[in-house]
Amino acid sequence: MSTAERLTSFVGALRAHGVRIGTGETVDAAQAVEALGLADRERLREGLAATLLHGTAQRPVFDPVFDLYFPRGVGAPEETSPGREDMRERLTEALAANDEALMARLAAQAVDGFGGYGNSPASDGWSSYQTLEWLRPQTLMARVRDDVREQQGASGFTDRLLEDEIRRRIEAFRALVAAEARRRVAERRGRDEIARRAVAPTTDRVDFLFAGKDRLAELRRTVQPLARKLATRLAARRRRAARGSIDLRRTLRGSLSTGGVPMKPVLRRRRPARPELVLLCDVSGSVSGFSDFTMLLVQALHDQFGKVRVFAFVNRLDEVTRLLEHGAADPEGLGARIRAEATLTGWHGSSDYGVALGEFASLYGDALSPRTTVFVLGDARTNMSDPNLPAVREITERARRVYWLNPEARPQWGTGDSAAYEYAELVEMHECRNVRQLSALVGRLLPI
Amino acid sequence: MTDLVNKRLDSWQTRVRAALEAPLLFTSVDDVSARLAETGYLASPSVATTVFLADRLGKPLLVEGPAGVGKTELAKAVAEVARARLVRLQCYEGVDESRALYEWNHAKQLLRISAGRDETWDEARTDIFSEEFLLSRPLLTAIRGDEPKVLLIDETDKADVEVEGLLLEVLSDFQVTVPELGTITASRRPFVVLTSNASRELSEALRRRCLFLHIGFPEEELERRIVRLKVPGLDEALAKSVVRVVGALRTMDLRKVPSVAETIDWARTLLALGADHLDETVVRDTLGVLLKHQDDILKAGAKLDLDAV
Repeated sequence: MSTAERLTSFVGALRAHGVRIGTGETVDAAQAVEALGLADRERLREGLAATLLHGTAQRPVFDPVFDLYFPRGVGAPEETSPGREDMRERLTEALAANDEALMARLAAQAVDGFGGYGNSPASDGWSSYQTLEWLRPQTLMARVRDDVREQQGASGFTDRLLEDEIRRRIEAFRALVAAEARRRVAERRGRDEIARRAVAPTTDRVDFLFAGKDRLAELRRTVQPLARKLATRLAARRRRAARGSIDLRRTLRGSLSTGGVPMKPVLRRRRPARPELVLLCDVSGSVSGFSDFTMLLVQALHDQFGKVRVFAFVNRLDEVTRLLEHGAADPEGLGARIRAEATLTGWHGSSDYGVALGEFASLYGDALSPRTTVFVLGDARTNMSDPNLPAVREITERARRVYWLNPEARPQWGTGDSAAYEYAELVEMHECRNVRQLSALVGRLLPI
Repeated sequence: MTDLVNKRLDSWQTRVRAALEAPLLFTSVDDVSARLAETGYLASPSVATTVFLADRLGKPLLVEGPAGVGKTELAKAVAEVARARLVRLQCYEGVDESRALYEWNHAKQLLRISAGRDETWDEARTDIFSEEFLLSRPLLTAIRGDEPKVLLIDETDKADVEVEGLLLEVLSDFQVTVPELGTITASRRPFVVLTSNASRELSEALRRRCLFLHIGFPEEELERRIVRLKVPGLDEALAKSVVRVVGALRTMDLRKVPSVAETIDWARTLLALGADHLDETVVRDTLGVLLKHQDDILKAGAKLDLDAV
């Protein structure tokens, strides 16, 4: 495979992951390869990243794909793997010295020696899970710690940081093993397929409903930067909205000094309208990842609004605004705290939109005014109970705007117990499956 | 696809060869690191590689990253290495064509008209729209003249979207069109660095014209060298501890994690206090240098097992 072919198929794999790369960039990348040569792999990686990527969000996809198309080596490593104890001994040394090159070599040997499974060519492969189960690097913690202390002596204050540092090194080793296993599988099964399937999508394209625990944690870390971006976008919209309309009275008043000829039009100053926001969040089971994320995002945007009130429900509804207050909000435990401190369930634990919306309309009707914009977050799955459309109608009548953000894919709306289309007739409903969609919607729908 | 790329590569190679005849700033990636280091800028491998490519491919460099990791410093260091003049365009909300590109010197034009009253209108008109009356702003300055220049467009994300459109012509073709004068093309391409804090998403069109470089927080070893270089009096072991503590703070979920600039400030503070090693009291008393929010200080204090702050 020539370098040009390898490069184009590499670009193809990145495109399959939604990274937008034009022919111009591919040519730039080829020039970069020519200028840098193929001798230094890390330089090649940086060179290709500089020419092909346009932002940091794509880097987590870029790196694993790069590892597949420009692998560290081909086939099995030259050194064969020593026994388990021997291996653990050498890994301890590598972790203690934080020697990344040695860690990478050990990862390759470990996968080669202990990650293989199956024996027919159609079903065999390499498993990082099996390798790690066998090697159990996480149990080396104490040994590495003692090693480091022995070498450097207990170094006073910074000694307390040691364990966390070692934990991070072990994590790095696990990532190396995973990358190596992917590479070996790709040699067997075809690179293009593995690049498409085994590389996780970028954070902003992860589906809320299917995100695992650590993907959700990763998502939460994007809240602050995203909020900052949205705030700038809102400010820009606000500025644009303030331009244009002429204040006739003040223009005429000003024209007196020029003999009644209006030389200088005075524009109407827009009073900050202090829009108010009400959030109704379904926090039951699978939807909770989505609601938590959106609540944090709105909270991070709180200084853009006069008032933000947040209500959570499963089958009963309670106000949780105070739980989200700035500083007090610890994003990790937010969901758990909401479920512990607010009354959200009645006799059963499954969600009931009809009762919850009815309760909102009757108990918290004062939260609604002509200045309020309401966002309902949830999948509209009522568990076969009454969707209570009159309550929704009442909410739409009393609030300025009502939007519904649904984390389910549009084709699933209205299937099974979903009352999505019934609600969608009354309020504007948007599909909102990942951060990308959410930020586009929030940027467009938030009142200014 | 492959054929197309090959074909375009050939035509580009001739262009690259032509560009090669123009003086390049750097000969290799190692050359970049070594010469930047001479000016006091220690570059990570990714920075060195990308700067080398920007020079070699003649493309602008878009640098993103958290505040205080040395984005602006990079442009200054490159200017120093290249013995080039640094032309800086500081972007802010409301920066416009007349601040960024060029402006006609109206006062001088008026003077010129009133000074020569007896000539024809045509003579006066051609005269007042000549270069003499053109006030050159950073973008135009950067592409005129033959001496080497580094153009720094700082905090590009602060400028309005319209300004980006203005940058496109300058950055892709290194030319500026002045309706009265025609198109002014650079006789010598400046080395262009754009910085952004990512507070606004820059347009795809602008990004496509640039090489992208993300400067993150440096690796432990590199940061230690940076601290040692910037704070020469600091003891080696203390520098190591300083960098480790900062590294630990960066893994915490804080509102604003300390950047390289804060690490250096902290090292200077410790030096000024005469501390020769870290202990709880010293860290507790100086944590305010690293962290700028009270909740962050409390959180970090708890995580680092400091006694009540």
